[in-house]
Amino acid sequence: MARSVKTSRKAVTTLVAGTLGLLMFFPVLWIVILSFKSEGDAIKAPLAVLFSTDWTTESYGAVQARSDYLKHFSNSVVISFGSTFLGLLVAIPAAWAMAFVPGKRTKDVLMWMLSTKMLPPVGVLVPIYLIFRDLGILDSRVGLVFVLMMINLPIIIWMLFTYFREIPGEILEAARMDGASLREEIIHVLTPMAIPGIASTVLLNIILAWNEAFWTLNLTSAKAAPLTAFIASYSSPEGLFYAKLSAASVMAIAPILILGWFSQKQLVRGLTFGAVK
Amino acid sequence: MATKASRTAARMMISPAVVLLLGWMLVPLSLTIYFSFLRYNLITPGTNPFVGWENYYWFLTDPSFKAAMINTLVLVGGVLLITVVGGILMALLLDQPMWGQGIIRIMVIAPFFVMPTVSGLIWKNMFMNPVNGIFGHIAQGLGVEPISFFSQIPLLSIIFIVSWQWLPFATLILLTALQSLDQEQLEAAEMDGASWISRFFYIMLPHLARSITVVILIQTIFLLSIFAEILVTTNGGPGTSTTNLTYLIYVASLLQFDVGMGSAGGVIAIILANIVAIFLMRMIGKNLDA
Repeated sequence: MARSVKTSRKAVTTLVAGTLGLLMFFPVLWIVILSFKSEGDAIKAPLAVLFSTDWTTESYGAVQARSDYLKHFSNSVVISFGSTFLGLLVAIPAAWAMAFVPGKRTKDVLMWMLSTKMLPPVGVLVPIYLIFRDLGILDSRVGLVFVLMMINLPIIIWMLFTYFREIPGEILEAARMDGASLREEIIHVLTPMAIPGIASTVLLNIILAWNEAFWTLNLTSAKAAPLTAFIASYSSPEGLFYAKLSAASVMAIAPILILGWFSQKQLVRGLTFGAVK
Repeated sequence: MATKASRTAARMMISPAVVLLLGWMLVPLSLTIYFSFLRYNLITPGTNPFVGWENYYWFLTDPSFKAAMINTLVLVGGVLLITVVGGILMALLLDQPMWGQGIIRIMVIAPFFVMPTVSGLIWKNMFMNPVNGIFGHIAQGLGVEPISFFSQIPLLSIIFIVSWQWLPFATLILLTALQSLDQEQLEAAEMDGASWISRFFYIMLPHLARSITVVILIQTIFLLSIFAEILVTTNGGPGTSTTNLTYLIYVASLLQFDVGMGSAGGVIAIILANIVAIFLMRMIGKNLDA
């Protein structure tokens, strides 16, 4: 039963929450505005920026010309999609087995996998850096795909596990009774039911990999640098650069902001390891 | 009941994941521990003699270690305080009936999806720059001296930026938890004449307690490793005033090329993170049984 709420109270709540929401969102909104201004306009006082009617898209072109935005964008795509896809290949069978054929040690294995996620990256920075140097995969996409796959693997397995566990076991047993082989069981029964969970997992992990900024900053310099490292190159000031920085930032966060809005629920499940649903 | 054949199959399906994660954990971890006992600098090649606890001794007695530990504690504590208190208030607010709830929620959550280097740089330049930033313009408009954020209050500025990124996370989780609260229980309390404050402290807060703990633990794990925000804004400075443990180890390892020292620091960081991890794991483990 819905409680009747006074309209006036609802209006006040909307006003307060709307203001707070706008404040939280303002930095993002602001760089979108600045990215369409000239460099000279972008450093003016906020009201002058808002009321100036000169809009331009020149910064977007300038960003590409300055440091080959598209190359970094494609690095980000390869690294985040590649690491997520490889992670799935390893994680789906593991999560499937633990959800449907749990053994005595399944819980211990799951907890141990989670514990590898608790390892602070800086604790293994030196050996990973040296191993990568010796293998010649510093500043390479291959190296980063591997590292990001490994750091997100525990999350992928956990998320898939919590989704798979919700698939009723009776359906599998019924399929088995009807004489389905393990292969048929997976392809015809399990996969259709598991796809929503897998899709959510993919979504969240692409977001996490896209925004990962410890390994991407420390293991790349020029060739394989994704957008996180590309944006970091703006940290040393270079004349007037607010409009360019804004344009570069907007392009770096826009795809993930859009994906992110679809993944609010998965975010809770994925990042709390099922502890909050 | 699982058959023996399906058990064997299951074991084979788990093993690639186990082998990979085991390798990922054991190889670098044992190398870190091994390196931490060597005098090993990439600038001065040659033999890397075993020096026992020397690296630990120098790392722990270096004044910048003490500074980094304090900065780490202040940074993690400050962000936790802001995001948890702010997150509870935000979740309570968003749980109320209002118009346009979907849009407002999206605006509140957005900062979480902004990559760390972007949020560091836009706050540093477009907002906190004393001359061209919005805060600077506002100060000028009011006729007061603009604050030079990264030289006057560097650590506080970083706490602010990181809190902006993590407040959405706390809000989202606490809101999810709040929505699972039994509405009838609240209504009953209201009928019995319980005030808003007592409903909050006796019904809502106990219901949220678990989620708050989860938020604190998970955020702590991530906040201990704050790196990119510091790299693009202050480089750990001025002096060591924004150097946290992660950044200190980065400086020792990749800027001073001191593998031995960096590794000793790494071992210390791992021990610290494990103290938090034990509590988090216990909570998640309990949930697994339920």
